[in-house]
Amino acid sequence: MAAVRTSSEVALNRVAIAAVLVATLVFLAPIYWIASTAFKPKELAVSVPPTVLFEPEVTPFVRLFTKRVQMQKTVDPQVYDAAPWWEKRIYDGGERVLKVGKDVQLSQYPDRFMNSLIVAVISTVLAVGMGTFTAYGFSRFKIAGEADLLFFILSTRMLPPVVVAIPMFLMYRAVGLNDSHIGLIILYVAFNLSFSVWLMKGFMDEIPKEYEEAALVDGYTRMQAFFKIVLPEAATGIAATAVFCFITAWNEYAFALIMTNRRAQTAPPFIPSQIGSGLPDWTTIAAGTFLFLLPVAIFTFLLRNHLLRGVTFGAIRK
Amino acid sequence: MASVALTNLDPASRAAARGWSDLTIRNMFIIPTLVFLIVFNIFPLIYSLGYSFTNFAANRTEPWQFVGLQNYRELLTDDHIWSNFVITAKYVIVSVAGQMIVGFGLALLLNRSFPMKGLITTLLLLPMMMSAAVVGLFWQLLYSPSWGPINYVFGLGDFAWLSNPDSALYAVAITDIWMWSPFVMLLSLAGLSAVPQHLYEAAAIDRAGWWYTFTRITLPLVSPILLIALIFRTMEAFKTFDIAYTMTTQPTAELIAIRLYKQAFQQWDTGKSCALAYIVLIMVLAITNLYVKYLNKVKER
Repeated sequence: MAAVRTSSEVALNRVAIAAVLVATLVFLAPIYWIASTAFKPKELAVSVPPTVLFEPEVTPFVRLFTKRVQMQKTVDPQVYDAAPWWEKRIYDGGERVLKVGKDVQLSQYPDRFMNSLIVAVISTVLAVGMGTFTAYGFSRFKIAGEADLLFFILSTRMLPPVVVAIPMFLMYRAVGLNDSHIGLIILYVAFNLSFSVWLMKGFMDEIPKEYEEAALVDGYTRMQAFFKIVLPEAATGIAATAVFCFITAWNEYAFALIMTNRRAQTAPPFIPSQIGSGLPDWTTIAAGTFLFLLPVAIFTFLLRNHLLRGVTFGAIRK
Repeated sequence: MASVALTNLDPASRAAARGWSDLTIRNMFIIPTLVFLIVFNIFPLIYSLGYSFTNFAANRTEPWQFVGLQNYRELLTDDHIWSNFVITAKYVIVSVAGQMIVGFGLALLLNRSFPMKGLITTLLLLPMMMSAAVVGLFWQLLYSPSWGPINYVFGLGDFAWLSNPDSALYAVAITDIWMWSPFVMLLSLAGLSAVPQHLYEAAAIDRAGWWYTFTRITLPLVSPILLIALIFRTMEAFKTFDIAYTMTTQPTAELIAIRLYKQAFQQWDTGKSCALAYIVLIMVLAITNLYVKYLNKVKER
């Protein structure tokens, strides 16, 4: 349609593109602020005026991962010289890293991060696994009341977490699943299962039935056709669904806040609890947030062509 | 229903007779999921429905009593709860309206070809993929009256966004708009790109003005998908918990989900919380119903 382009249209186009660039900068500014604060020296995080450009510093990450105390007196020069470079940076800041013998005492962050990883990965595998089978069932077989069943499945996704959490908390307390990985995994599977069924059904519907029918004619059983023909065809869809489920479980806050407090606590309720009382150390919080957001940012780029499908439960595909 | 042919495949053929029957496979594939959802979603809700008629408190050991509809009666006449609902309504209206305007506006701007469009679109989508609780927490620093970049950039001095009772709710809504406008943008872009180009060409030949083209061609064709975005965001905003909970403790920003959380897990008024949960649940299900209806409509096109 390049035929007629008036000069006013060209001008309008330029203005629109300029506006897009400004909007992008505005939308990315808070994310830049998190990422940059994670590399700031403590005093620059709360400087007036706010610091935009600075020499990056690694101490926020050292502080994030270690337990430290304020030093009462200056450090022995010999000890200082023998310390690794990152530890020297902590001494310079007037703190000492706590150790048992030679071992650095770790903060709770690595544990919480691992909990997030364990819970998100296992719940994703289960939700996507079950969802793939169920989606195939809904895609290929006649089911009485199919629309109602699919609505029922989707409606479980829409339940407000706090509403579900009240009875689940009581039931978990009765069977000792409070503050356990399994308890949280079950909740996340229940939460992601409906999403996984809907999204996978969209992908399954796109695989031509003729493929399996040809295989059945060639002597495959339906199970063989499912595993050898359908699953490989659905690989992209399974991967996209898995990434979405992972991100949802990774980001989830309300269930984790209510159901876990120590052993199985994940990063989202832990990071805000670091604020504590008094003046918060924003660089350390930013470092924890930065590491926590990084996988999601990477996954967003990998998923970019499936985002629309993902956020509409597979209903709108472009 | 068992005797109905399950697929296009002839049920009497040899292929269908090999291995497990389609009926077995269908049941094996579907029933575990349904059972799982019933056990971990529906059963707990039945359990809490029962408790909603009692004065049960989860932190005490003395036996609970059946109180009939008293919890519901008290809740529906409680001014505090009503104010939570009013706060939630304000929040939903401001944040969803903001998301629709900003999101659709961004989509209109993006709906043309320019270099690095894909990259810029993906960058704009980043906020909605991130954890609301964790990112919301960080907005405390952005809003800080002493050293927050927002006050510095806009020259607002020491305006305390999050601890001022009049502004706390709107500060949370602004963060929500930042997070979720990209969602509306994503859906709008899909709607805009589906408008047939020849309609615009025809309008151009007829010398139709920009506004006329926009209101007569663009809007009517994009509105079904905008409606989906609107209903979905309304439902999500109504349920909002994490972002508001980590950002502020102001009572003027106490959304209904936060009220519910406090009543259940801080005051341990379990029976009454179950009743409140049911009131919220019924409202959410009503919106869900509407959402699925329109989702199916768009799907069929």
